[in-house]
Amino acid sequence: MTRAPLGDRLPGTRPRSSRLLGTQNRTLWFWIFVGPFALGLILFTYVPLAWSVYLSFFDAHNTVSPDDFIGFDNYASMLRNDAFTDSLVTFAVFSAFIVPTTFVLSLALALMVNRLRRAQAFFRSVFFLPAACSYVVAAMIWKLSIFNGVRFGLANTVLGWFGVDQTAWLSTTDPPWYWLVIVTVRLWLQAGFYMILFLAGLQRISPTLYEAAAVDGARPGWQVLRHITLPQLRATSVAVTLLLVINAFQAFDEFYNLLSTSSGYPPHARPPLVYLYYTALGREQNLGLGSAGAVLLALIIAVVTIGQARWFGLGGKED
Amino acid sequence: MTAPVKRRRPATAPRTRSTDDALVRAGRALRVVLLIALALLFLIPFYLLVRNGLASEDDITSPDWTFFPATLHWSNISELFDDPTVPMARALLNSSLIAIATTLGTLLLASLAGYGLARIPYRYADHVFYAILGTMMVPAAVTFVPSFVLVSSLGWVSTLRGLIVPTLFSAFACFIFRQYFLGFPRELEDAARVDGLGHWRTYWRVVVPNSRPVFAAVGTIVFIGAWNSFLWPLVIGQDREAWTVQVALATFTTSQVIRLHVLFIAAAVSIVPLLVVFLFFQRWIVAGVERSGIDD
Repeated sequence: MTRAPLGDRLPGTRPRSSRLLGTQNRTLWFWIFVGPFALGLILFTYVPLAWSVYLSFFDAHNTVSPDDFIGFDNYASMLRNDAFTDSLVTFAVFSAFIVPTTFVLSLALALMVNRLRRAQAFFRSVFFLPAACSYVVAAMIWKLSIFNGVRFGLANTVLGWFGVDQTAWLSTTDPPWYWLVIVTVRLWLQAGFYMILFLAGLQRISPTLYEAAAVDGARPGWQVLRHITLPQLRATSVAVTLLLVINAFQAFDEFYNLLSTSSGYPPHARPPLVYLYYTALGREQNLGLGSAGAVLLALIIAVVTIGQARWFGLGGKED
Repeated sequence: MTAPVKRRRPATAPRTRSTDDALVRAGRALRVVLLIALALLFLIPFYLLVRNGLASEDDITSPDWTFFPATLHWSNISELFDDPTVPMARALLNSSLIAIATTLGTLLLASLAGYGLARIPYRYADHVFYAILGTMMVPAAVTFVPSFVLVSSLGWVSTLRGLIVPTLFSAFACFIFRQYFLGFPRELEDAARVDGLGHWRTYWRVVVPNSRPVFAAVGTIVFIGAWNSFLWPLVIGQDREAWTVQVALATFTTSQVIRLHVLFIAAAVSIVPLLVVFLFFQRWIVAGVERSGIDD
């Protein structure tokens, strides 16, 4: 996600460690410290990835050691599958809503909180507090309390004061009000976290830049924001956008908890992960097909991430 | 370009000063009002959680819904733990064990790896670091199908082992520790080395005791993540006995038999441990985020 200061080899230390411990000893000690972690990562990340690629070429129903090699058939049927392509469309619509709204709200919160002289810690805590809440709990509040469409629910109660008819927020697709519910849950949970990232970025801007701008007659407000603050926040903005897109790709919890019912998951608004969950681990246990979908999804994410990184110049420290 | 930032305002411009000041003051007041309104909006969901958790079921589902419940039913809490359909005590125990074990395990493994990568000279250290960092680029959720396959072939489905062990290797935590140890004052380590301590004892006696803030920050983030995680426990915790709090709540949200006030008090109870940890360690989280270099 970000570029680490690599290759800072800490000069001046090599002679002493070489004297006390030979090269072999250093290698040994390196692996004593790093080995357990690296081994776990290989076992629980690299092996599953490789296994997934392997499985995706097999007809693997309910088995992890299949012997029916079918080549690219899983990929072909995945790409021909309307449910899978619809899930990609759902993701695209979702990120088109969630990425800009979270970006703008968290930046606005950071700008407002940053300028406070008093009670800054209080407001920061209040906006950050939802980050401690789980999607499951938040989805419950949204589904059963705020946007309950039947007889009760805060949204319908408040709208009722203005004479607006009851809305079935989550159970109808026309109009697709469920998007409002899905986007606001994530906005509430995540805006505070990204606000913290922006605050960290704002605090790194040198005050002398603002002083210089004031001397030059820049009006506080829009001019300073546009010509000083936003350019200085460029690196943070790139990181936030990347994180927002990657996290949107992984959307699962709120969709699953808001839309699934005891009778199953409704046909609308399945993002890729929800779709894969039902394909691979649902009744059919079609692990081969699910793996093909996972590999396709990983490839799409890689292309989007790399494209975005190229476009913005990832981790542009020189800014 | 529309930007006259470079234009110097004449030193004598008292004409607009007072109107500017008034505008600035009005803007500041507007901002404070807006902030308070937003803060209330952000707090409403928490209020609803507690309100519905302490209301009667009729009160929650009444068409004449009111912001304040008619009466508070503190007995809902004891009803929750007596209810045989909600294995809440078991789920709380599972979640606590998982969150604590995950936090301690991650802190140990990731800090050792981060220290090794930052401080023990090794020819291929950068390659190893790239290989670790690369897993951060692969969204963890994409690997859930193969990870499930692996864990089920180990026979770890519905076990605490299956819920804990695969989550212990957090590249994110390792990354933060490495960044932190790169900036750790070398003089302390050198002094330890002169005193005859090896890598191992230098780490435990000098480095760890002097790095409490970063351990607290990473620990809090990992604890919250472990307590709130949903997809992995949903996939692996298939038996009721292995349900975490999140899985139990989700299962009941979609079922028809559960009573709403029990569900809400269960959700309210589920966030209490987290709010305590969160409020207590909040400043460490902020420090951790700032120090992680995530926005550099």
